[in-house]
Amino acid sequence: MEIPYTVKARPDTGLWNAKVGIWLFLASEVMLFGGLFSAYIFLRLGSWHWPHGVLNIPIGLFNTFVLITSSVTMVFAWASLKMRNLHKFEWFLGITILCGFIFLGIKSYEYYEKFHHYGLIFKNEAVANRYRAEVEAAGGQIKPSIIEGQYEVTGHIEEMDEETMKFIPDSIHSSEPMVQIVSVLQTITGKKTEHGEAVVFQQDDIYRWGPFVPRYSSYFAIYFTLTALHALHVIGGMVVMAYFWIPGRKLYHADPEHFTNRVEVVGLFWHFVDLVWIFLFPVLYLL
Amino acid sequence: MASVALSESEHSHAVVDHHHEELSFLRKYVFSTDHKIIGVQYGITALLFLLFGFVLMMLMRWQLAYPGKPLPWFGDWMWLLLGKKNAALLMPDGVMSPDLYNSFGAMHGTIMVFLGVVPLGFAAFGNYVVPLQVGAPDMAFPRINMASYHSFLWGGLVMLISFFVPGGAAKSGWTSYSPLASIADTAYHPFWNGQTMWLLGMVLLITSSLLGSVNFIATIIQLRAKGMSWMRMPFFVWAQLVTAFLLLLAFPPLEAAGVMQLMDRVAGTSFFLPSGLVVNGQHFSALSGGGSPLLWQHLFWFLGHPEVYVILLPALGMVCEILATNARKPIWGYPSLVFSVVAIGFLSFIVWAHHMYMTGMGTKVSAFFQTTTVIISVPSVVILSCLLISLWGGSIRFNTPMLFALGFLPMFGIGGLTGIPLAFSALGSYLHDSYYVIGHFHYVVAPGVVFGLFAGVYHWYPKITGRFMNEFWGKVHFWITLVCMNGIFFPMFLQGMAGMHRRWYDGGAAYELSKPLLHWNEFMSVSAWIMGLAQIPFIINFFISFRTGKKASDNPWEATTLEWQTPTPPPHGNFATEPVVYRGPYEYSVPGEAKDFSPQNEPVKEYNKNL
Ligand code: HEM
Ligand SMILES: [Cu+2]
Repeated sequence: MEIPYTVKARPDTGLWNAKVGIWLFLASEVMLFGGLFSAYIFLRLGSWHWPHGVLNIPIGLFNTFVLITSSVTMVFAWASLKMRNLHKFEWFLGITILCGFIFLGIKSYEYYEKFHHYGLIFKNEAVANRYRAEVEAAGGQIKPSIIEGQYEVTGHIEEMDEETMKFIPDSIHSSEPMVQIVSVLQTITGKKTEHGEAVVFQQDDIYRWGPFVPRYSSYFAIYFTLTALHALHVIGGMVVMAYFWIPGRKLYHADPEHFTNRVEVVGLFWHFVDLVWIFLFPVLYLL
Repeated sequence: MASVALSESEHSHAVVDHHHEELSFLRKYVFSTDHKIIGVQYGITALLFLLFGFVLMMLMRWQLAYPGKPLPWFGDWMWLLLGKKNAALLMPDGVMSPDLYNSFGAMHGTIMVFLGVVPLGFAAFGNYVVPLQVGAPDMAFPRINMASYHSFLWGGLVMLISFFVPGGAAKSGWTSYSPLASIADTAYHPFWNGQTMWLLGMVLLITSSLLGSVNFIATIIQLRAKGMSWMRMPFFVWAQLVTAFLLLLAFPPLEAAGVMQLMDRVAGTSFFLPSGLVVNGQHFSALSGGGSPLLWQHLFWFLGHPEVYVILLPALGMVCEILATNARKPIWGYPSLVFSVVAIGFLSFIVWAHHMYMTGMGTKVSAFFQTTTVIISVPSVVILSCLLISLWGGSIRFNTPMLFALGFLPMFGIGGLTGIPLAFSALGSYLHDSYYVIGHFHYVVAPGVVFGLFAGVYHWYPKITGRFMNEFWGKVHFWITLVCMNGIFFPMFLQGMAGMHRRWYDGGAAYELSKPLLHWNEFMSVSAWIMGLAQIPFIINFFISFRTGKKASDNPWEATTLEWQTPTPPPHGNFATEPVVYRGPYEYSVPGEAKDFSPQNEPVKEYNKNL
């Protein structure tokens, strides 16, 4: 026996099954990301100082536009199917998938940048103060870290041995997006940016140091967890879209309405993924 | 209500037509998309896990009754459960080590809750019974249904495999509180260790329940038969609907928490590790710090409390069906049952922190959660009262399912009433983490919910297999289990009120204050072992009746709901003709009718229409 209302809407609810299903699924997704957002609030409220300007805002903004564009093309893809224009559908879905790739590519680049950026935390405030003048002379800054009473300096390691570490501090202006985008572009084109002079730190004075990976601080922990989970959703959506782009298309010739419904379901999921990013961007990049 | 005829040709690629072609064994029994087969798969798997969780507790009860004495006989076989290396490590000279006690305790809780009771009550009975009761040909998404079972199975297998990884299964309680759980077991192996496996298993189980709950809700909303309006749905369907919503919305935050704990364990973050944490002289937050152990508790109990209703409601729904059938009377106050269960659903999202009175979250917060907790007990009492009143003046049939359903009422009553003192933060702070709490929730889940589940097994067995289970052995099973349950759990109230702490590895032998109560430990353990023996007739009955039981007709209990108006066992697609519903779910002993039951799909006679 066939399952009723797979294609046509049930008269009293006005919905076909998969639409009910996807809305329910999205409700649970809201709770999943809600759990992580509440963790963000918890961690931030409990921190002594919350890092600002660590992420590259123009790049994040660009990625936001990429995703919004992809949501629009997704709607066009579905609308083309409604108008029974398979050819147009292919184009629009193709662009949507391409946007997914661009988004992921940029995100990987951002990740890569972070993995190659370092921070070091001084044993205590007195030690930090001893280096303050030297760091500032080199164009850098010693800032409070997330944990109460801890101070850190961020930048790039030039060289290190057992006793000392030569470190190029981030420029004081690095929190200003314009300066950062310039330095990023310079890195892309292979020119090394002149941050300033290297400062030599005694290993004995360092409490801990490391690249900007999740374990570096609670900020990076929640940043990577949220964005990686989001990226997994992007990948999931792209896999399903790719399926409908090539092999799943067979269904269109057998039952165009059913196929359109399925694309609508993927579309709803894709809009949700987009929406999550619209929350992630201000929360992680701007606030 | 208008309805589209089912025969309208709709291309559904989600269902494979089973009844035309012969399917291979694999497609029919392992990768089946038929909700009835999936229900049976869930049922048998969950019963096995229930037994396994009980066996763990029977082993632990030896240690509680005779602390430090080597486990007799079983001691030699423990390597089967733990692997040779772990057995030597965790059971030196056949004596249960504290680590092993913790491990069994944590896995007992996890397995009972996530792999036993919920899959049996929600997934197994829900899968088998709900589509039949609403008059649907199958679940809305049959293939997702199959994926749900397989995800569940793998979650369970990962939990079982975790007994063999270095150091054995998780040891931090079923609640996996951080920071303990964030740092546990990593010394044995950085990745293949008990707690990490627990988290992986949980992610699979959460996925499974997510797929299941979407499917249940969609089925109930979309696939109700013609005439099956909301207030004509059997109470069991309502209970399942609310349960599905709880699973759908409460589980994801735990998944988020699980991901974060996994990050803490494998990526070195400190979501849940406070700054400056030192354990055994070792600094644990030297790398990141700034985390919050309270965060874990909030996220855990945001699931944890709704979860107790996920455990309870399906069993409550089954008990309601069985009481109505065997009292030959309509359920008293069906609308109040429905409103109460929906109210419980909403309220259960705002009571979670009554598990956290001792965490120092502040008196204002405590006051809020204490108020909501007291309020949520009202609808529970309404439901229990309606069920009790429904018995009044009935001509009750005391068959095995009815005995278990009747046993449920007072046992659940004790469990519920002993929970009320815990709602008040002043008393809760004293009783917190004592055996009183263990006694309280076990009265709800063991003689309560498990009785409801047994009732369900005996009640629907004839529909599923076409044969009855043996009545005599069923009654033996019931009476011994009833007596033993109370023998195990009642003394826990006494011990707890006197201050005996839960999770004590030696049952309190090392503590002066528990001296006067120690003698109960042996009594409780012996009760548990006798109860273990009493399950043997059930197990044999369960498998033998399949072949030798008395043959059952299509509607052997003369019940009214739709699942009994199908052929026994129901064919693929469920109904011979599309069912149409004309009346409410519990029309027993309707005046003026020839029979004492009027099935939902039987048209109402003209002269009765105005009654
Ligand atoms: C019917 C046989 C059962 C017996 C004899 C039993 C016995 C026990 C005992 C003695 C403890 C406390 C252990 C300790 O504090 O060291 C315990 C803990 C627990 N039980 Fe049961 N139980 C049974 C059934 C169930 C069922 C059906 C469920 C759930 C649906 C369940 C869930 C739990 C949980 C969640 C804990 C807490 C575990 C922890 O501390 O992490 N039990 N059980
Ligand atoms: Cu609770």
